[in-house]
Amino acid sequence: MIRRLRRGAAAYPALLAAIHDPPACLHVRGAAPLSVLSLPAVAVIGSRTCSPYGAQVARSIAREAAAAGAVVVSGLARGVDAEAHRGALEAGGATVAVLGCGIDRDYPAAHAALAARIAETGLLVSEYEEGVEPAPWRFPARNRIIAGLCRAVVVVEARERSGALITVDFALEGGREVLAVPGEITSALSRGTNGLLRHGATPLLDPADALDAIGVLAPAWAPVATSSVAAAVLAALADGAGSADEAVRATGLPAGAVAGALTELELSGLIDCAEGRYRRRAGLRA
Amino acid sequence: MLARTLTHTLVGVEARRVEVEAHLARGVPSFTIVGLADRACQEAKERVRSGIASAQLEWPMRRITVNLAPADLRKEGPGFDLPIALAIVAASGQVPAERLLGHAALGELGLDGRVRGVGGVIVAAEAARRAGCTRMLCPVEAAPEAALAGIQPVPVHDLGEAVAYLRGEWLPGPVAVAEAAPAADVPDLADVRGNERARRALEIAATGRHNLVLAGPPGTGKTMLARRLPGILPPLALDEAIEVLRIHSVAGLLPPGRPLVLAPPFRAPHHGASMAAITGGGPGPRPGEASLAHRGVLLLDELPEFSRPCIEALRQPLEDGVVAISRVQGRAVFPARFMLVATMNLCSCGGRGDPTAECSCSPQRLAVFRDRLSRAVLDRIDLVVVVPRARAAELAGPPGEPSERVRRRVAEARSRLDCAGPELGAAAAALLDRAVERLPLSGRGRARVARVAATVAALASCDVVGAEHVAEALSYRVPRELEPA
Repeated sequence: MIRRLRRGAAAYPALLAAIHDPPACLHVRGAAPLSVLSLPAVAVIGSRTCSPYGAQVARSIAREAAAAGAVVVSGLARGVDAEAHRGALEAGGATVAVLGCGIDRDYPAAHAALAARIAETGLLVSEYEEGVEPAPWRFPARNRIIAGLCRAVVVVEARERSGALITVDFALEGGREVLAVPGEITSALSRGTNGLLRHGATPLLDPADALDAIGVLAPAWAPVATSSVAAAVLAALADGAGSADEAVRATGLPAGAVAGALTELELSGLIDCAEGRYRRRAGLRA
Repeated sequence: MLARTLTHTLVGVEARRVEVEAHLARGVPSFTIVGLADRACQEAKERVRSGIASAQLEWPMRRITVNLAPADLRKEGPGFDLPIALAIVAASGQVPAERLLGHAALGELGLDGRVRGVGGVIVAAEAARRAGCTRMLCPVEAAPEAALAGIQPVPVHDLGEAVAYLRGEWLPGPVAVAEAAPAADVPDLADVRGNERARRALEIAATGRHNLVLAGPPGTGKTMLARRLPGILPPLALDEAIEVLRIHSVAGLLPPGRPLVLAPPFRAPHHGASMAAITGGGPGPRPGEASLAHRGVLLLDELPEFSRPCIEALRQPLEDGVVAISRVQGRAVFPARFMLVATMNLCSCGGRGDPTAECSCSPQRLAVFRDRLSRAVLDRIDLVVVVPRARAAELAGPPGEPSERVRRRVAEARSRLDCAGPELGAAAAALLDRAVERLPLSGRGRARVARVAATVAALASCDVVGAEHVAEALSYRVPRELEPA
């Protein structure tokens, strides 16, 4: 069911109303109450083509933010956006997807299932009414809503001329905090975010930094009990992502034991696996 | 003036009894073969005529009719030459017709009367034995094969020898049951440095006969590892080796002289293969690669490059262990219980999973690539290992463990697995339940993980599957990169 939220209505988010050209009407789809739009929110945005690192970090940030009760806002695009939504859903939190097309459309079509999951517990929002086609110029306009709904914007990975930087401009205009995830200086995918850091964006070194920026208290971190083998494998991954073979060599343990330990760590949420490489979750204090 | 010989024709890997009747009548000399003979079989006329002449026998100047009964069964191939020639010779009184009783015959004739080898001798010999025959006239090179079927072979070099035998003028020497041929040279696992995880997965796959996919960027040793799998497989049991022998005999692929091979077959068809080449087919169906790999390994190198129908066609053998081919003429069932080993990249450009290269695939191309992998086939893969690009230090390491040592472990664990098999412990079941909650794991996936865990426990000489075995088995599940978006 689609709900409309006109500017001036009581439920119209105050933060969004404060930007210089707030949308006259917000079309809203999803099961969550409209008040979700006024909760402390953080935008997690970035490149549509992202590296395994970017995907993992986006998911971690969103997961932790959602677990702490913050709303994760993003744009339902491929790459970082989708990972952010998935991370928030994983933590069972509310997430808001701002669309650059008519409220009844799922764009990109490949994310129709993701959109449906978001609608179950969160909201999809658009300033365009039903039937409006996605068009290149609608996405920058959509970005102003993403920035407008949030107290802080986290850029996970962005190329030098990424659309995510447009959102950053809107955020700065609206006086919102901008955080950037530092990346490797050799990666073109981090050129944009590293550039933001040079210009004074807050570096995000821990998912809790995003929560600090919007004034939400991070929940106390409960240490997870691990077996001694798993602890050794986790220690071997301290210097960055590694393959199972590298963990075997670093720990001197048999491949079978390491494989079991990696599953244990994955199930405990201490590491993530992408493309055959295992990476400790961002913000892991162990 | 009628004489009969008994022979067999192949339908798939089964033999059907065929009676060859030769009738000589007065009239204008002629030679006709009736009874649904195919082209190779019709051409028998010319070979039989020359063969009889070359063997210093007389060609009867009569109206000759040869009937292949039952008349509604298609007869294929050149194996009918010898029985046709013998029936004609017997019908013309050159050998006593009653001597042919209790004998089956099979073989192709050369123009000089020589008896040439044909495929499927073991299958025909088994059928002949069941039909009550005690002896079988067959080409010399096929005698060990016939002996394996439990029939007394009469190996003949040429038609003359066969006639001499039937006249009681010559007796063949005893034929020893063939010894197993030594295993072909297989590359050794010692050549593979590093890659501990993939080696471990190979060992588990070899032990539990699990299907395995090695995925990763190009040049990480996936194919090299896969090609070394035969070296760590224990030899076949005799009854398994004979099953394999039947299929390979029908396909005409036996090593000459020593037909029995105890090494499990290893087949690696090119990705350009047609569906018929993989499953078998043709008008008189012949076994395809899936059947030739029966009791062994079918390696599909670069799995996504195989045509979709080829991959889909593997669903039946992966599930039932047989390929059933239905034709207008009838149905043939080929055994095809193989281990599937496949290699693949993680995306179409190959850059994915390689930290030193960037993947240039668009999201659309990635989606197309993933869609090319059939969900149904991926669902039947027990172990998936992502083989990442190794660091230089790894390649400079010591050589790996030799195949011989791994094979001994595999054989030992397999005997444990084949007797009773480890049972699922309480901790293991609890971990499985937790994994089903946390991971995208279907019911079928859960059963698969439990099977792999049992193999892991067998390798660890445990009688009960523990949580650590399930944890390891879970680490070989289909990674997110290959799941549909």
